[in-house]
This record gives sequence, C-alpha cells and structure tokens, in this order.
Amino acid sequence: MTSEIQDVLKEQSDNVTSMNLETADENKGSQFLSFDIGGEEFAVNILSVQEIRGWERPTYLPNSPVYIKGVLNLRGTIVPVMDLRNRFRFTGEQYLDTTVIIILKLKKGDKERLMGCVVDGVSDVFNKDESEITSVPDYGSGVDARFTAGVMTIDDHAVTLLDLTNLLSLDLINHPYTGASNV
Amino acid sequence: MEIDLSQFHEVFFEESFEGLDVMEQELLNLEEDTDLENVNTIFRAAHSIKGGSATFGFSQVADFTHVMETLLDEMREGTRGISREIIDLLLKSVDCLRGMLHKLQDGEAASNDYVELVDSFNRLLAGGSADTSSDSDNAEKNTSSIDSNTGWSILFAPESYILQTGNEPIRMFKELCGLGHLMVTADLSKVPSFEELDPESCFISWQLELDAEIEKIVVKEVFEWVEDDCKLELNSTGGAITETSSQEDTAEPEVSKVESESDADTDADTDADTDADTDADTDATVKPAKPEISQQPLQTDNKLVPIKEQQTKVAKKNTGTASIRVGIDKVDTLIDLVGELVITQSMLGELGDNFEMSKIEQLINGLRELEANTRELQESVMGIRMLPIGFVFNRLPRMVRDLSAQLGKKTELVINGEDTELDKTVMEQIGDPLTHLVRNALDHGVESIEKRLATGKSETGIVTLNAFHQGGNIIIEIKDDGAGIDPQVIYAKAVEKGMIQDGIDIPHEQIIGMIMEPGFSTAETVTDVSGRGVGMDVVKRNINNLGGSVDITSVLNEGTTFTIRLPLTLAILDGQLVRVANEIYVIPLASIVESIPLSGLKITRIAGNMPVYKNEGEYIPIVELRDEFEITYEKQSTNEGLIAIVEGENRKIAIKIDELLGQQQVVIKSLESHYKSLQGVSGATILGDGRVSLILDIVGLSKRSAERSSANKARVA
Repeated sequence: MTSEIQDVLKEQSDNVTSMNLETADENKGSQFLSFDIGGEEFAVNILSVQEIRGWERPTYLPNSPVYIKGVLNLRGTIVPVMDLRNRFRFTGEQYLDTTVIIILKLKKGDKERLMGCVVDGVSDVFNKDESEITSVPDYGSGVDARFTAGVMTIDDHAVTLLDLTNLLSLDLINHPYTGASNV
Repeated sequence: MEIDLSQFHEVFFEESFEGLDVMEQELLNLEEDTDLENVNTIFRAAHSIKGGSATFGFSQVADFTHVMETLLDEMREGTRGISREIIDLLLKSVDCLRGMLHKLQDGEAASNDYVELVDSFNRLLAGGSADTSSDSDNAEKNTSSIDSNTGWSILFAPESYILQTGNEPIRMFKELCGLGHLMVTADLSKVPSFEELDPESCFISWQLELDAEIEKIVVKEVFEWVEDDCKLELNSTGGAITETSSQEDTAEPEVSKVESESDADTDADTDADTDADTDADTDATVKPAKPEISQQPLQTDNKLVPIKEQQTKVAKKNTGTASIRVGIDKVDTLIDLVGELVITQSMLGELGDNFEMSKIEQLINGLRELEANTRELQESVMGIRMLPIGFVFNRLPRMVRDLSAQLGKKTELVINGEDTELDKTVMEQIGDPLTHLVRNALDHGVESIEKRLATGKSETGIVTLNAFHQGGNIIIEIKDDGAGIDPQVIYAKAVEKGMIQDGIDIPHEQIIGMIMEPGFSTAETVTDVSGRGVGMDVVKRNINNLGGSVDITSVLNEGTTFTIRLPLTLAILDGQLVRVANEIYVIPLASIVESIPLSGLKITRIAGNMPVYKNEGEYIPIVELRDEFEITYEKQSTNEGLIAIVEGENRKIAIKIDELLGQQQVVIKSLESHYKSLQGVSGATILGDGRVSLILDIVGLSKRSAERSSANKARVA
C-alpha cells in the first residue's frame, strides 16, 4: 500500500516538474497530497512532503506531550514524530495497516527541518489552484485554527489544508524539560 | 605543452599554510631549545613555499621568502646565532606571509606589507655580513650586500647532463631577458665532432652580458635550480664593487670553517662596534643568544626580556589542519576494515554459489561477521570527523608568547589533553571563545611580576589548558593562578551599572557569573588586549549556541578557572546500554561508578519520601527513570533489576534500571537538528537494529530530578 502511494507520489512529483516546464497551462495551481485523519480529509502541499513511511513505533521521548510519539531513524537522521490524530484531538488511538508517517519538511532560512506526521492513511494527490482555497469558517473546531490554512473542495467533499509553519513549529509544542531548538 | 597551473593553486595554498604553521611552531620551540633540526625544518618549510610560489608566479611571496631563507640559511649554517629578535622578525614574517597567501587565495593581489619586513631583513643581513666582512675570504656569502650594479657578466657552463635533469638553458636566458638587456655568446669549442655527438648532452657554455641594475641575488635566483649542475661565474660590470665568486656548493665545508674563524674575530670586534644596528649573536655554536639592545625600528614592542621568559609547552606532534586531515592510523583502520569486509563478502559470495542447507550455520556466521564489519566501518567513518583538540590549542602558545611580551608579564602555558577528540564543527566554533578566554586569563588573571612577587607567588604565572571527556561532555578548562575575581568589585560594578540593586544579597558564584553579562568589564583601565566589556558575553553566547555552558570558579589571590562544557555533537562515546521499562537507553560508560542488583539492597527514605541508597557514608538519591521520564509501561516497577550509580559534576545519583544490556561505542546524534534539546538527554544514537536510543545526560538528569522533587508533577499537554 505504502509503496504504491510512494510510486504515485514520485510519478506525480516528476510530472509536476516536467509539466511545469513544458505545459504550464495545463497544470495550473499546486499539487497537494491529501490524507485521512479520523475520517476527515486533510491536505498539504506536495512540495513539503519528503517521503512516506509505514508506521513503526518511534522511540519515546521523555515527558513528551501525548501527540509527540517520539523519534525515528530516517537513514541516520533523528526525526521527531507527531501524531496528527492526537494533535487535532480526535479520539481513539489506533494504528491500522494503512497508518503511515508522512515526513514533512519545513524550510526556515537555509535550514530544513523534518517532522514525521502520523496519519490514518494517504488518500489522493490532486491539483488545485491557489485561488480555489477558501478560508476555514471560524467555528471553534477541535483543530487549532492556527494549524489550518484553508479549505478546498475535491469531488464534493471538503479537504482542510494545513498550515505547516504553525503545525510544525517547535514553539507551539509544549514539551516540558526541553530547551530552545537550534533551528 | 601547456599545463594549467591554476589547478594546483589550492594544493599550493594548503601546503603553504601548513608550512607556515610548522614554521610558527618550530620558531616557538626554538626559543626553548635551539636544536639545529628545528632550524632545518623551518628552512625546508620556507624553501618549499618559495619554490612553489615561484612556480605559480607569485613573485612577491617568492621574493619575500627568499630573503627569509637567506637569513635562515645563515642560522642553519651556524654563522648567525639565534636571538629573540630574529625569532620575532621571523614570526612577523610568518604572519605577513599568511596574510599575503590569504589574499592570493582570494584572488586578490598580495599586499605590499612585506616590503617593510624585507628592509628589516636586509638590515639584519647587512649587519650580519658587516660583522664577517673583515675576512676577505668570505666572498662566498651570498647574502653579502652588494650595491646594485649597472650590469652583470655571467659565465654559465653547465655540466653535460644538464638537459637530462630537465633544465632548459633557454628558459633561464628568457628569464634573464626579462630583467634587462641580454647579450648571449655561446662557446662552442667543446662541441665534439658529429659522430661523437650525444644529442642528449650539452656541450655548450655561454657568456652572458646582462645590462640591468639588479642585485646579485636576483641573477643568482635564475640559476637556482641548476647551481649544483654547472659552473657559474657572476661578475658585476661597471659597478664600484667587482666580485668574483665561484658558486659551487662543494666550497661549503671550507666556507663554514672560514666563517667560524671570522666569527671569533667578530666576537672581539663587537664590543667596540657600538654602531652595529643589529647584533647578530655570532657565537658559532648555536645557543640561545643573550638579547641585546637593538636599535632596529621594527622592534617596537620588544621588551628585551630573557628568551626563557615564557616557556610554552607546545604539543610536538602535528594535529590536523583546516581541510579535514585524517590521522594515518584512522585511514589504516578504514583500509583494514574494508579489507575484512571484502573477505567476508567473497566468503558469502562463494557460499551463495553452491549453497546447501548444511551450510546454514556458516551462512549465519558470515552474515554476523558482515554486520560487525559494516558497523565498525560506519563508526570509523564517523570518527574521521573527529579531530584532536590540539588543533585549536596549538595556536595559543604563540598568542601567549606575544601577549605576555606586550603586557610585560611572565606566563607559562601548560596544555593537557590535546588528544581529546572533538567534532570538527564544534572545534571550528570553539577556537575564538577559547582564544578570548586565554587572553583574558593573561590580561586580567595573571598579575604583573611585581604584584606576583609581592603576594609571594613565583614571578611566572601559569595558565593551564585542560581538555577531557566527562560524562558525555567535553570539558575544556582554562585555569590561571592569578589574582582571582573579587566578588565585591564585581558587585560594586554591577550596582554602578544598574544591573542589580545595592544591598541585595547574591551568592558569590552568581556575582562572578555576572562578568559574562553584556557590557561588563572590570579592568581598571581598558587595554587593547581586553577590557572593553565586549567579549565575555560573546564567549558565553557562542558557547551557548553550541549547546554548551561556561562556569567560573574563582578564589581570590589563587586564581580563576573557566570551565567550558560542550555537548558531544557527533562525538563517539562508549556507552552502556540499559533497559528501563521497554525503552533502551545509553548511559555514558565513563560516568558509571558501579551497578548493584536491587535485591537485598537497603533503600531508605529520607527528607520527604526521597528514596536514597546509603553507600560508604553518603546518601545517593535514587532516580526512578520511569517516573522521571513518565514512561508508560504496563508492568509495575519491582524490586528486580539493579541500580546504576552514576556520577556527573561530582554529584552521584543512582538510576534504577531493569536490565543491563551490552556495551558499545555509539555515535551521538543531535536531537536538536530537528527537534528541541531535552534536559536529561544529551542526544540520541542509532542501535544495531536501526532503532533510535536516547543517551542519558547524567548532570542534566540529576539537576532536573532535584528540581522536580520539589515541583509538582502535573503536566500540561
């Protein structure tokens, strides 16, 4: 399952580059990866996706908040893992066969930081023009408003676009006994 | 054939910088111990810089090193004693050359700063040869200062094999052409008949008339590479001085004998010779020279103190440079490991070619071996980034020497633990803070000679640098035996600056720590060394940026110690793997004092239910890692397992663990590159099975557990 998606992803991102170069008109807007968390669909810009890995239990970090699952070894790099289900206050904590860790990257200055995000499953890759993204209605949802960047409609269902700058921000992670990060 | 020389420029620069480092170190060694071998080493370094720079067309560098070399040559041959003055001049030249080379490396033209130094050299050399010129046989000295002439008449008769050594006379002539108008007359008298002619030999000699007002040195330089392989006569034409000299190296032994005689003459002369602007100590045997008063204008800061004044114990071994330099032992280890890997691989390959189930045992063993090889290889490759800290320390003796001369203090620098390995990136960033702290120790720490004598100390102040690993950290200590920091002075100053309110009671350590605050300087007068109040705060910030800390301890009139504690980013550590609940942690092996099984151990509870273990009269608090780290685990903590007594910063704690696993070297990886730093955890490592394991930071753990015992356990998610 995961590897299939990975293939699609790779293909798509190859397409993105080639299309952007050759036939920019046919492929307007950006490409997004959507995934499922607790039955709802969320999306991130595909350019911020580093890779997708199958679920494995990360190494526990002392005193971590419930949504920080620990750290994993990404080919020698120690990458923290955040469970978006917990982060968005969905109840229940199950790791299914489809559960994957999406490794997201966030550029800050010339440094790049990685964070793994646990989701229930990857859904789709689609194109969407930036102008078709609407703002999230302010209803005081379970998801912290700082983490959302907008809503898109794909095949009659709503997909919430995530604001990675805030979602991955270390300052917004309340982890006791931690110091300032280098990045 | 045209060769693009620019591709070798980088190599040349690197080698030259290395050469300069060597020269610097050897010059410092020379002050203590005038071993002729040191002079030779310096000479060789200078010579290869000269050769290289001439090849690449950096003529300024070549000219400058040539003059240096001339002086060094005299020192090497024993015709010039070694004085502090000369060493100073040579050290300045090293700095100057370094600057020139840096500029050239950046593609800029080299500055002309060296001209002044060349003048100094020439004066020195002129002075030197004036001393010996009383002896008429001394014409050999290629340093004798001949005034420029209107021209030179050169007889150049190469040996017949000259062409086979790769020297082409026409190139030399072309070069001479560049110096001035050249008339060449070839002497064909020795050319044999055609039948006997060997086309690879040279039978021609030349008479050259060079019409140019240049020094002999310049002409001689053209023939530098062939002077051993030819007969060369240089006669100045039209000048006041006409000098004939046979420049054959075979004359050397005789010459040096002559010169030692002439030295004896000059020893007598010198006393009367009051106007000699430079007194090269003319003792033929090389001994530390008595410094004498010099009128050299460049010696403005020469304090004329005995050479032995600041002894610096320099690490004699070479410990790495800017571009990553790997010790040959590390490379050898790598090669060995790769060799083993290849053997294992071929063994497995053979096994795979005709595999039977009966060989399964063999296969398993082979795979195990492969795993071990791979892991060792990985560790060794990681180790390449680790460099001994001596690389940073080695630049300090020179600074201490110059600075104490400038300050008129006597200082000895003692260096310990220069082999302590440290990651290259950390090393690059620790250099400046370290330099600053040593400067401070010299400027503020070590007192003036009078003051030291008045307080009953020896007149030489001692600054000690220590580096060692402790509990997963690298500790660098900068210790002086100077005046120490007076907390009252700091306190008063802090009040004056409005940093604290008068009358508040603050512990001494905290007061002393205030010198690291921005804008704080206690030097009564601002010197150009330190005291402007910028610096200590920058030092602190730099070290904090590296994830380290600085502690100060100071005892009035006994001295001050700065302790820099650096995390081991990427450093390799000997670790003990332990299991706590279902997690595996690494405890730095060095911090483990002992481990004791829990069964039958007497645990008492003191001071508000704190579990302690009584060991030889001291109570060691027991840290229950499950609670401390809030590890969720279904099984309750039992009295099985054991406690590991660990020590960090002289504080002991006992960590309760469920199982001792293996010991292994682990490569420390930073949590901070993608997350935050965690108190109680110094980093992470990757275990054999690819899983991440956290490395415990004993000091942080004991600190936080002490704090935590009083704090409530509520946690905000």
